Amino acid sequence: METTLDIFVKAIFSENMIFAYFLGMCSYLAVSKTVKTAVGLGAAVIFVLVVTVPVNYLLENYLLKEGALEWLNPAWADIDLSFLSFIMFIAVVASIVQLVEMLIEKFAPSLYGALGIFLPLIAVNCSILGGALFMQDRQYSTIGDATAFSLGSGIGWFIAIVAIAAIREKIRYSNVPAPLRGLGITFIITGLMGMAFMSFSGIKYADDAKKKDKAVQTTPEGNGASASGSGAPLNAVVDNTNIINKED
Amino acid sequence: MSEALENKKAPKEPLFSKKNKKLVTDPLTDNNPVTIQVLGICSALAITVQVEQGVVMGGAVLFVLVLGNLIISLLRNLIPSRIRIIVQLVVVAALVIIVNEVLKAFLPDVSEKLSVFVGLIITNCIIMGRFEAFAMANKPWPSIMDGIGNGLGYAGLLILVAVFRELFGSGSLYGYKLLGSNIPGEEWGLYTMGYVNNNMMILPPMALVIVGVIIWIQRSRNKSLIEEH
Repeated sequence: METTLDIFVKAIFSENMIFAYFLGMCSYLAVSKTVKTAVGLGAAVIFVLVVTVPVNYLLENYLLKEGALEWLNPAWADIDLSFLSFIMFIAVVASIVQLVEMLIEKFAPSLYGALGIFLPLIAVNCSILGGALFMQDRQYSTIGDATAFSLGSGIGWFIAIVAIAAIREKIRYSNVPAPLRGLGITFIITGLMGMAFMSFSGIKYADDAKKKDKAVQTTPEGNGASASGSGAPLNAVVDNTNIINKED
Repeated sequence: MSEALENKKAPKEPLFSKKNKKLVTDPLTDNNPVTIQVLGICSALAITVQVEQGVVMGGAVLFVLVLGNLIISLLRNLIPSRIRIIVQLVVVAALVIIVNEVLKAFLPDVSEKLSVFVGLIITNCIIMGRFEAFAMANKPWPSIMDGIGNGLGYAGLLILVAVFRELFGSGSLYGYKLLGSNIPGEEWGLYTMGYVNNNMMILPPMALVIVGVIIWIQRSRNKSLIEEH
């Protein structure tokens, strides 16, 4: 069984939102020109993720999942509302972002000054909705696990955007080929950073054995991704831990 | 008299006027939503391991974008601007639920592989970006054209990236093994001569590098797109 710490560390490093799943790339590319704004947006993402994922977790488990309505009335045990989850999750995210914005403006004006313009942007940041959908997909057993996942994902996103912003500030002084300037070089650097982050997939987690079975089942045939030639390759979405495991 | 009457009537634009055609063709090349407008990157990168996923995802986004643009454009004078983001999100979420249910019913394998990324069409920046930039200010017909153009531009880039990744990473295209098979014991095609798949291509970072290179090529062909920094 995965421990809470495992979930947390995995969400930061080997399943980093940016480098493994590309979530929140739009704002990642748009707001990473200076470190200062990147820190602001990164902090806002951590904050909103930590607030929205647990709320969506409760919603998922006490309202949407099959049998989730049993606590209201035993006769409703076979009602499955999960097709409504997209609209519920996005409504929760949008309204919480609005609420948080108003609360911060009222009680912490200095924080509002720092985060202000980024908060509305976050409602449509893929990483927030992505956090909720991954939470639903992975069926975390307790709300503590879900919160650890959301905090880890937020911190991972924060690290990624601050790192790329620092690199972009420096790269302004280098002689990048003209057509590659701006967007192009940012993409390629992010790719290189992603490769570096892949080395974190060597971290050994408690549930590695279980993961291995799952990876073999879900992957398409015949890609031959691993050096050992087991013929069980990687799906893009399956995390990188598999390669290392198979080579062991 | 007849002249005055004619002036009163707004000149009716033909359905496929030059302007409307431009709305479709521009996003395919010089105003591509992914490489120039920098919208919708998230999903463009994550699901391009195989061409099939790219095609399905492109189709899904095209559907949501065209219908969403039409709906928002019809409602554009009724939506109070303060709550327009929420209205837009609800419209997209409803359309995405339809797409998701259809995929689950008819293409369960692909739906499984796309996992959360179907749901993430909701926050795909292309959709919200086009609503904000176009559908909120234009009539329904041009909005549909804009939706088709951007949807195709997005799908085109998705498929282009997926072709590279699947061909070099898995040696196949749309699931057909073009380069032979590398199953131990029954190799055929190029693999008998020692050809090996580039496993890097299947991993997430290569998607970024491929898009980066596409941007590079596009901008060196069209100098006006080059950024300052």
